Amino acid sequence: MESRLLRTDRPVGIIGYGAYIPRYRLPAAEVARIWTGGEGETPVTEKAVAGPDEDVVTISIEAARNALARAPHVDPALIRAVWVGSESHPYAVKPTSTILAEAIGATPYVQAGDWEFACKAGTEALQAAIGFVGSGMGRYALAVGADTAQGRPGDALEYTAASGGAAYIVGPAEEALAVVEGSLSYVTDTPDFWRRAYQRYPSHGGRFTGEPAYFKHITEAARALMEALGTSSADYDYAVFHQPNVKFPQTVARQLGFKPEQIGAGLLADRIGNTYAGSALVGLTAVLDQARPGQRILLVSFGSGAGSDALSLRTTEALLERQGRAPTTGDYVARRTVIDYGLYVRFRGKLLV
Amino acid sequence: MSLPSKNWRLRNQRYRLVGEICEKCGTPIFPPRDVCPECEAPAQTPYVFSGRGEVYSYSTVYHPPAGFEKYAPYTVALVRLEEGPMVTAQLTDVAPEEVHIGMPVEMVTRQLQEEGEEGVIAYGYKFRPRMG
Ligand SMILES: [Zn+2]
Repeated sequence: MESRLLRTDRPVGIIGYGAYIPRYRLPAAEVARIWTGGEGETPVTEKAVAGPDEDVVTISIEAARNALARAPHVDPALIRAVWVGSESHPYAVKPTSTILAEAIGATPYVQAGDWEFACKAGTEALQAAIGFVGSGMGRYALAVGADTAQGRPGDALEYTAASGGAAYIVGPAEEALAVVEGSLSYVTDTPDFWRRAYQRYPSHGGRFTGEPAYFKHITEAARALMEALGTSSADYDYAVFHQPNVKFPQTVARQLGFKPEQIGAGLLADRIGNTYAGSALVGLTAVLDQARPGQRILLVSFGSGAGSDALSLRTTEALLERQGRAPTTGDYVARRTVIDYGLYVRFRGKLLV
Repeated sequence: MSLPSKNWRLRNQRYRLVGEICEKCGTPIFPPRDVCPECEAPAQTPYVFSGRGEVYSYSTVYHPPAGFEKYAPYTVALVRLEEGPMVTAQLTDVAPEEVHIGMPVEMVTRQLQEEGEEGVIAYGYKFRPRMG
């Protein structure tokens, strides 16, 4: 059988990584207070909310600067691709990636592009960067997943739709803090969630969101990758899954044979919500912040529409020296200012006058 | 000059705090002006500032000019960069009452101004309380 793996011509890895999470937090209890009289369970405790001067461009810039700080030997002018995955690019036409490339000093001899695939746009950009470096087109590529996700006021998604992102510098394996052991994608046409052009808020297809979308794609992608690599859940020190809430990643981990202690480090949804294209990638930065050399990490994203990207990584000795060169994911999670629903409505431009 | 063309021309200094350094006496210069303010030698060598500094003085804007309404109230500060130059910039991620003289800050790139719903978004440096 032809391998399902996405193969590279030469070994590739992550050279630098960085997270960014905005300072503001909207407690789920505050959303419940407005829409349900405070009744009922909430899917997370609180979510991260971008400030009034933040968007996917500014989130990407700070995450990318942190990734560069952890790759001090990389001259930004040697980065040959800058790719940003998001469903909330500030412009419909005008790339986020050119502004980011300019802000980090990677212009002008650089491939730049914006990627879209709901919540897996970030891992899609990362996989493309792995292919780009793995084919020898460039020595370094920068891949970012970031969002300032919007839920319709009163919709179930409003509890979780959050802001944040993560950036990865991909380069040759010999410089890597984590080497890519293999990756693959599993994609079908599934109508679980969408947003038509010119609409402010997304729609979702009720019964499609759980079983046939999230669980099906993540388990298929994870199992196919582990089968191709000859690994099993017990071979991984950490696993990170897309986290639209707390329960889904916990459940999918159990279905795949992972124990709670394997997913704890990378499960941030309870404190920051669902950062969409940033979700699994911010989980991975939290894992890299605390991993030790020689550990194995499974990363599986999910994007509506629908598909999952699965990656297997193994950390190297270089990780230890780079972890402390930029603020950790935990530093950003701990930096929090709680806001009420009124300020949230103003910050996110939900009040149309 | 229109917002898009002004921002485009100044994008290096605005996005990345790129100034100049005087090759003759070593003075870091911001904003770039191609002449050293100390020794008057021509100075055109680009220099990227660290972005770290402290608040020298500040004042809070409650009635912002057009294009800045979304961000009000905000504090504008004179920040002394650790390399020496003084820059005027908005502070961000901080409530006006939390600001004080001598507060350590660091540069971040944020939205500066929006030309309404249809126009361009200008990005540039602001300063926030230093992390960690
Ligand atoms: Zn001089």
